[in-house]
Amino acid sequence: MILNQFLILAALLFCMGVYGLLVRRNAVMVLLSVELMLAAVNINLVALEAFWQTSEALGQILAVFIITIAAAEVGIGLAIILLIFRNRRSANVDELNLMRW
Amino acid sequence: MGFEDWAAEPLNWVFLAVALATTISGLRVVTSPNVVHAALFLVAALAGTAAIFLLLAAEFLAWVLVLVYIGAVIVLFLFGIMITRAPTGRDEAEVDHQRRLPALLVSAALFALLSWGLLSQWGDTTLDGITAGTPTSVLAEGLLGRFVFPFEVVGFVLLAALVGGITIARRDLSPAEERERESR
Amino acid sequence: MGVSTNLYLAAEGAAAAATTGGIWSEWAGLMLIGPMLAFVVIVLFGKRMRYQGAEVAIGAMAFNFVWSSVLLLLNMGDSGVLYERSLEIAAVGGGLVFELGWIVDGLSIMMYWVVAAVGLAVFVYAHGYMKGEVRVTFFFAALSLFAGSMLVLVGSPNLVQLIIGWEGVGLASYLLIGHNWELKENSSAAMKAFYTNKVADVGLVIGVIIIGITLGSFHFWDLAAAAAEHSAALGPVAVAAGLLLFFGAMGKSAQFPLHIWLPDAMAGPTPVSALMHAATMVTAGIYLMARTFPLYQELATAARPWMIAAGTITLFGMGLLALVADDIKRVLAYSTVSQLGYMMTAVAAGGYTAGLFHLFTHAFFKALLFLGAGSVIHAVHSNNMSDMGGLRRHMPDTYRTFVIGALALAGVFPLSGFWSKDEILATLGYEGYNLVMWIAVAGAFVTAFYMARAVALTFFGEYRGHGEPHESPPIMTRPLWALAVPAVLAGVVNIPGLKLPWIGSFTDWLSVRSVPMGDHHAEAIDVGLAAAGLAAAVAGLWLGWRAFGPSAADRADRDRVEIPVLYPLLRQKYYLDHAALGLVWVIRQPAARAVNWVNDYVIDGVVNGVGALCQRLAGLLYGGVDQHGIDGVVHGLSWGTSGMGGLIRRIQSGRVQQYAGLLVAGLLLLAVVVLFVL
Repeated sequence: MILNQFLILAALLFCMGVYGLLVRRNAVMVLLSVELMLAAVNINLVALEAFWQTSEALGQILAVFIITIAAAEVGIGLAIILLIFRNRRSANVDELNLMRW
Repeated sequence: MGFEDWAAEPLNWVFLAVALATTISGLRVVTSPNVVHAALFLVAALAGTAAIFLLLAAEFLAWVLVLVYIGAVIVLFLFGIMITRAPTGRDEAEVDHQRRLPALLVSAALFALLSWGLLSQWGDTTLDGITAGTPTSVLAEGLLGRFVFPFEVVGFVLLAALVGGITIARRDLSPAEERERESR
Repeated sequence: MGVSTNLYLAAEGAAAAATTGGIWSEWAGLMLIGPMLAFVVIVLFGKRMRYQGAEVAIGAMAFNFVWSSVLLLLNMGDSGVLYERSLEIAAVGGGLVFELGWIVDGLSIMMYWVVAAVGLAVFVYAHGYMKGEVRVTFFFAALSLFAGSMLVLVGSPNLVQLIIGWEGVGLASYLLIGHNWELKENSSAAMKAFYTNKVADVGLVIGVIIIGITLGSFHFWDLAAAAAEHSAALGPVAVAAGLLLFFGAMGKSAQFPLHIWLPDAMAGPTPVSALMHAATMVTAGIYLMARTFPLYQELATAARPWMIAAGTITLFGMGLLALVADDIKRVLAYSTVSQLGYMMTAVAAGGYTAGLFHLFTHAFFKALLFLGAGSVIHAVHSNNMSDMGGLRRHMPDTYRTFVIGALALAGVFPLSGFWSKDEILATLGYEGYNLVMWIAVAGAFVTAFYMARAVALTFFGEYRGHGEPHESPPIMTRPLWALAVPAVLAGVVNIPGLKLPWIGSFTDWLSVRSVPMGDHHAEAIDVGLAAAGLAAAVAGLWLGWRAFGPSAADRADRDRVEIPVLYPLLRQKYYLDHAALGLVWVIRQPAARAVNWVNDYVIDGVVNGVGALCQRLAGLLYGGVDQHGIDGVVHGLSWGTSGMGGLIRRIQSGRVQQYAGLLVAGLLLLAVVVLFVL
């Protein structure tokens, strides 16, 4: 196995996540895309950890942190989407242009 | 390392299958017009990620991913989809057609840049050091030893996120309801 | 040369004539900390206290009053007090240092005392006034913050601490004006005050930065020294810096045309208005001008005509507005704006003492008038004078003190207002601003006229409101009498040619002894000028009484005399609010159209790719040059500017995903630049 096969798979997943982030209309789907990006980052970390073989498994520990933060992010994100939906009867990101000039 | 050498290694074929499955699922996540399908494809993509972790000898992380993500986060997502009453069937308007091209351009460019960087940096460096797998005890010692402080901080962040989520999502009673509740 | 701030003189080596003031100066910083501490204590524990935190606020103010009284007495002797202490907090870089500290000199002692004296009266009064109101604890906390910020401001030895206090005052005023924020009106008034002040603050901050960079120090001391020796470094930027500082002062001290927030600030509870109009907030601008006086006197002389112009317009034009207001607090508010115009004009014209003396006397009678108005409002539950009338029988204490305040404000001999206004007139004459002086005399007439109207409509005739009005409780009337004493007597400390034994004179308080004063303080009263001022005041009072007094009581529209053209003009406040809105409209409308046009024809390019954008811009350029020929250059420039503006504005679409896309694209661009270009 070579290192790059993992890293490029991660890059591919990440870019698909970016695409979804930019294209999706439903706010929940935007969050899903973010999860995809985070998974890609985790693959990256674990692959590099497997390459460097640090004594403390630093890459994997970092991945644990990322998973935790991602869980927190999902919780908050869904709560916000819920609130927006309740106020505007829609979870469509396009309609959320309250912050425009 | 030529292609023959690479192909001679059976694990690589496993990787190829998993990677293909993951990529296809990931692609469906971002393109599927059906919201519930998208969420379920994310499950598949994450399962693929977990399999990749296994290939990389990170068993603990793989199971954490399965438990936390597939077990909990996806369920949360499905709840979110249902509560926001997103159309569960096919919805053509879901994927924005106007933005498709620029988004595709941007992400393709990003991918090109990333893979160029990766290839020029790593070339065909092999992964030799993978042994029997990282013992969970190593992770445990790291998390509760050197990284105990960040660990606690992350735990606190998670708690704060939970409390925040509840606070944000809780529905405030209307004044009339408030009065009614007080009178009771 | 030879002008009279203590620092200025000290910079000239005259500090020897001053004492340090012993421990009273060395620990004077406690006065700055006290109300701030009270603020924290009230916020934390106020709700559990017996009087909901009022006792802490009043206690801190009483402490300040005692301390500053001691300092005032020390400063009265044969030699003035001069002490300064700065603690280095952090190095800012470029040799600049951020310091906190306090300064004790004639000017700051006077301000300490005014803030503490008026503050104490207002706090005690507020304790009665706010009984049963909402959020009393928070009110007293914010009130403490208000006074504390003002003390930080006036005690500041450098410009940076001054800004801290300045912003603190702005914040506290925002909180207090919007105290009853449930009414949209009040919260918008608070917003208006805050925004207007922020606009002005931009000027102040830029001015301070200019001074700091060119001077290498934020110290008033260094500024005064640099001005005294006509520093070559400061010289070229002095006018710009001076005007910028003045712009900041215009906001806080409500000078035309940034006065628009002050009348609306009436939305706050009356004690807030009293404090704001008398001791804190609006005096800050005058104080800043006085503190940086050497800069204007020596270097930024070109700025002074502008300041005098703004002050003169304010003192006369805003006084006229008080004639038509129905809301009694609004009458007083316009009166404050007008009196601030007097002070600003005086200080700008070189009458350092005259301006500050008017600030000193005005603080007492204006606080008195506001508290009296508050007492009336408390009784009749309305701000409008059309709901009042005949109250002199129902509210004798309020009536008497209000009349004292009104006469003092009108400038009737021998009350305090007469002396300070006369001092300003004399200074203007001495400095050769004759036209301004006569406008100021006319302003005195207007002042007397609207005060006569206010008193007549409020306290005479028949009661026109609802219910049975009653006198306010002693806790509210006692502060009125306490303020009435200085409103009557404060003038004697600066009678020309009269030097009271032991007390000395106000002019001396502000100077260091045995150094000749630079600005004019007449040795004897200019009888002619004093008579003219007094005549104007009396004529105003008489005319106001004739027009609105009991003899006019049978007129249906007794609260106004409608002179064609002038009345609607004043009623609409010179259409200034309309003008401000119109300005926004005029700017917005073409801009919107331009953006619309750009929308339709140029854009979507941001998202759709640079190619299309380039093509469009090229098309635009071609069309512009082709169609308009040489005119097209001019057109194209303005077009391009608005186009670029529209383009950049377009990016602010509020669409998160567009932001994210641009973010990623920008990141890519950066990466490409770093990797391949650099």
